[in-house]
Amino acid sequence: MLAARIRKERRNAGPSSFVLDVSIEVSPGITILFGPSGAGKSTLLDCLAGLAQPDAGRIAVGGDLLFDSSGAIDIPARKRRIAYVFQTLALFPHLSVEENVGYGLSDWPEGEKRRRAGEILETFRVTKLRKQRPDQISGGERQRIALARSLVTEPRVLLLDEPLTGLDAELKAAIVDDLRAWNAAKRIPILYVTHSREEVDALGERVIAIENGLVVSRGSPMDVLDAPRRKRLAQASGFENLFRGTVLELREADGVMRVRLEESACEIEVPLGYAAAGDRMNVAIRAGDILLATERPHGLSARNAIEGLIISLEPRGTMVMARVECGVVFLAHVTPGAVRTLELTAGRKVWLVLKTHSCHLVD
Amino acid sequence: MDALFLSFRLALCVSAILLVIGIPVAYWLAFSSWRGKFLLESVVALPLVLPPTVLGFYALVAMGPRGPLGKLWIALFGHGLAFTFAGLVLASVLYSFPFAVQPLIASFEGVDRKLLDASAVLGAGRLRTFRRVILPLALPGVVTALVLSFAHTLGEFGVVLMVGGNLAGVTRTVSIDIYDHVQSLEYGQANHMALVLLLISFAVLSVVSAVNRRVWTPWAAK
Repeated sequence: MLAARIRKERRNAGPSSFVLDVSIEVSPGITILFGPSGAGKSTLLDCLAGLAQPDAGRIAVGGDLLFDSSGAIDIPARKRRIAYVFQTLALFPHLSVEENVGYGLSDWPEGEKRRRAGEILETFRVTKLRKQRPDQISGGERQRIALARSLVTEPRVLLLDEPLTGLDAELKAAIVDDLRAWNAAKRIPILYVTHSREEVDALGERVIAIENGLVVSRGSPMDVLDAPRRKRLAQASGFENLFRGTVLELREADGVMRVRLEESACEIEVPLGYAAAGDRMNVAIRAGDILLATERPHGLSARNAIEGLIISLEPRGTMVMARVECGVVFLAHVTPGAVRTLELTAGRKVWLVLKTHSCHLVD
Repeated sequence: MDALFLSFRLALCVSAILLVIGIPVAYWLAFSSWRGKFLLESVVALPLVLPPTVLGFYALVAMGPRGPLGKLWIALFGHGLAFTFAGLVLASVLYSFPFAVQPLIASFEGVDRKLLDASAVLGAGRLRTFRRVILPLALPGVVTALVLSFAHTLGEFGVVLMVGGNLAGVTRTVSIDIYDHVQSLEYGQANHMALVLLLISFAVLSVVSAVNRRVWTPWAAK
């Protein structure tokens, strides 16, 4: 278990100084540290690894205290046994793959060193690259080597700073599988930094969302991403529709409340929140959570059916993004097939169908 | 030929000493975050702008029997420092210092800091990081520092004249020898020496330059 409380001020040129002030606990397994760039994720990792010094705080792994500003304890990075894979990987360009992987094993006898390096290269399926130099191998192979180099030292904690950026999804999944397999045996806390929503979905057992130096949310990927607490996080995690709303009425018995969107006549039902009639709040809805119907729907469990006119249909990759005017403009995803069969065109009257729980309240 | 051997001996001694002193100084200048560092940087660069005679003058004063260095030397070895080979080495080390230290600083600073971080989290202390990461990656700078201090010492005149005088076999280096010959209107002998020096300098520089080029990217050359 890694437990840390860290406060660090970063004095930038200009008026915008930045304060990282977080308290986190990371148990064995993969924990995702999620947030937009500039949120303080790398600074946090640097502090944990001992490459940067917090202004105040306490860092402990298991029962071992690594840093304590009150007790003036600051174990140097090289003695922390915290492995760190950088975004740039930082493989030594003048050393072979084998020498890179053996770098952290300098204190071991030659035979043991060779055996361990061989083992980890096997685990990450890069044995055949032993004699190559980092610039002679591919990006995905380099990422595997960087992981192997960090893990061969049997660290107590593993920090990964966006280590798989730039890899295609399939390769990423393969590397993550190898990492999971390795960790099934070792069970150490792994803190995985990313700003990619896809990686959160693919990897996360637990997520800590950090923004502007503060932890804004923590829990399962569902908790953190599907109920965003903050507007910027909603944008970061792909909510295409974000409206300012006014609470009209609370229906506590039904667990819902009616909200008018912006200053329009458009009203929807959203889950009951801590609010009173007249309060203002933000409502976030994913374009992919909105259904389109060409007739007024009936016999549906969804509580919201909103009438509107299609303004435009724009292809977005394999999807079509429909802009629908309902007093406010909604963005909705439809498939090209649906566009054909429903004969959707600009100017056509449609109904938008929204489940109450697809409407997320944002602070 | 005495003069030529003397010059080479001097240049070898000076570049060896400069490497030993220059590496820690350059390391400190490259990696220290001390704010007053610019002061030491200026001191290191001083011989670049100072006329050799000024440097030689102060060196001579310091080495003289009443100077602090001279007194120390007499106490230690029983004879003076001025007009000896040791004195010449000392003054030359001062004179060529920036030529060794500047390329070393540049090459140390050129090493990606993330590699140093990586080395630290992999358990290496400063010394191992230096030996296994910084030094191999900064090797071209080390070679450049060696060559520049060697060549610069080989060609010096003003400092040697001030500190060493003109004692055959002790302080009469090749550049002074050439000057002597010209003063005595022995142009043939002056030309003879000058040409040898020219050819040797060119040969040394080309060999090192070739080595340097290959060293520059040893891992890309394959």
